[in-house]
Amino acid sequence: MNNDREAILKRVGEAVGGLADRTPYPSFRNDLGVSTARSLDGDLWEIFCERFVAVNGMPVETPDAMVEYLKTFGYTHGYCDPALRESLAPFFDSGFTLEESFDRQDIDRYQFGITRAHAAIAETGSVVVTDRLTSSRLAALAPWVHIACITRDEIIRDTVAAVADLGDDPNVVWITGPSKTADVEGILIEGVHGPGIQICLLL
Amino acid sequence: MKSQPIDTYASELAEDVRRAVADGSASGYDRRAASLFSDFEDPDFLRRTAGDVKQHTLENLDTYLAQTEDRLKENGVEVHWAGDAEAACRAVLKIMRDNGATKVVKSKSMATEEIHLNDFLEREGIESLETDLGEFIVQIDHDHPSHIVKPIIHKNRQGIARSYEREGLGAYDDRPEVITARARKFLRKKYLEASVGLTGANFIVAESGRLVLVTNEGNSRFCLAGTDIHIAVVGIEKVIPRDRDLSLFLSLLGRSATGQQLTVYTEFISGPRAEGQPDGPRQMHVILLDNRRTEVLASNCRDILRCIRCGACLNVCPIYRQASGHAYRSVYPGPVGAVLSPLLAGEKFSELADLPKASSLCGACKEVCPVNIPIPDLLLRLRDKAKHEGIKSPGTPPMGGWAYLASQPTVWRASLSAGRLMNLMPLNLIPVPALRAWTKSRQLPEWRGGAFRKWMKTRKIGGKDS
Ligand code: SF4
Repeated sequence: MNNDREAILKRVGEAVGGLADRTPYPSFRNDLGVSTARSLDGDLWEIFCERFVAVNGMPVETPDAMVEYLKTFGYTHGYCDPALRESLAPFFDSGFTLEESFDRQDIDRYQFGITRAHAAIAETGSVVVTDRLTSSRLAALAPWVHIACITRDEIIRDTVAAVADLGDDPNVVWITGPSKTADVEGILIEGVHGPGIQICLLL
Repeated sequence: MKSQPIDTYASELAEDVRRAVADGSASGYDRRAASLFSDFEDPDFLRRTAGDVKQHTLENLDTYLAQTEDRLKENGVEVHWAGDAEAACRAVLKIMRDNGATKVVKSKSMATEEIHLNDFLEREGIESLETDLGEFIVQIDHDHPSHIVKPIIHKNRQGIARSYEREGLGAYDDRPEVITARARKFLRKKYLEASVGLTGANFIVAESGRLVLVTNEGNSRFCLAGTDIHIAVVGIEKVIPRDRDLSLFLSLLGRSATGQQLTVYTEFISGPRAEGQPDGPRQMHVILLDNRRTEVLASNCRDILRCIRCGACLNVCPIYRQASGHAYRSVYPGPVGAVLSPLLAGEKFSELADLPKASSLCGACKEVCPVNIPIPDLLLRLRDKAKHEGIKSPGTPPMGGWAYLASQPTVWRASLSAGRLMNLMPLNLIPVPALRAWTKSRQLPEWRGGAFRKWMKTRKIGGKDS
């Protein structure tokens, strides 16, 4: 394999070594890829909500509203990040079962998963989750409903700021709506492998 | 004489497949175009800039690859290099054997299609399962993907429902939501049984060693939540210099592929799971794959290596829409494939040398390409290469007669007026076999030879009309 390394790098060197004038790295504004069509001025939570809804995400402003929603649709058994339990448990009544560990032998037992998110991106309506803040990758992915929790001051304006914020976490995911596919005849279906309902809860 | 192979494919295509491919590639075009053109004042500037970033990277790939390797290692990633398909497959197998692993779950990756990894692993007794819905269906059908982004564009729901029935995934039910739910149920067990999650990468950033993966379904996330070992097979052309380039590339990729501002899941992976995280790989391996990319890099078609596999050129291509992806007889179909596949074929170039000829050079592909690849120019260079290597492709109309006429002014003039006869001739009776095959599926416009000469002659110098 190390032979391959030397051989490949040698071939690359030979392929580009003789190029007379190489294309320079172009100069461009950091935010070139950020759409200018819609304004990002104003309350970032409001903007985030509008864009998150546009990708079929569901922003929720209070724990009460979240519990109400879960109850209405009969999602009564779920996982809750132990770090969030203290603040959220009081909102759930006795009809709910909240587990603090996620059993990988029986992942379909959990109808919802509540985890802490790192941020949200207003421009694209995305929730940002990181490995260090997510208490369980599986709990944030396997249940039908995922509830990602953020605070108001964690909302980032655009993808440029979000890239600058990637830091050294080994696994950062921008989640822009529920899991979806259009593989079968181009028809949109939500909830393929991951959540069919993606909620962002404001703490 | 035979038709061009691509014509043969197109003419033998079942009507429902032709419809599915034509509709599927055309659908969403407006949304994709609008997401670029209404969101940006000068989308062409974005495309040119992104193209320049990648061209710059390719032309300095030696430096950037070395940097990438250093960063990956610093991040705790094991780096492997694979000169060809065989070496890449062996590298995967070795990692698995070293860890006693017998099952792999895979997220969609063109690079692993290219090296035929599934077949290889199967022969070695390893279960390798595709988890992208389309790829999963392709796999149970022992078929091949026919589009880069929509692998089963050529299939309809009835066929899929029959395949499910045959594979014991449930009684016949062709509702797309049922098809999807059954795959969900079946695959989530598999993610947890497998010990290796195998992915490709859409980008790999040299300055940070970040691997970027985009999916809509979330299958790659699941592959990296249920398993213990992450192996990524990445073509060496996937490198981009800096993190700051990502905002631009992700914006273009989502819009060009599916008309989305961003794909649902954009994952930035720079190593094994974090301390304290209970799920996901403890080991991460990146296999950097050449497989003739360095030959392409050394050729005058190196621009094709900028490709970010968005599929936009397939969707707009009139040939692709008629012929479907399998007509390209290779992993990469459509305009990008017509350039890339013959080049990646190496000594078998001649077997695919007809692909660059199967184009009207209409330029639609170049117009939509988010990295501004001059595909029509590259097709011409490959035609030139075939000519210089004396490769004859079946079904290409002989151009010798035309070349003779065009180089003799008097003969040309005479033939122009005679050309009018062409309008009266039933074209399919032309006694040149190749031309007959070529015109069978084509209509020539009415012959108007000589009009331009007449116009030139009678035109007033500097005058407004003729
Ligand atoms: S050649 Fe351009 S348009 Fe075609 S798939 Fe690649 S990036 Fe997309």
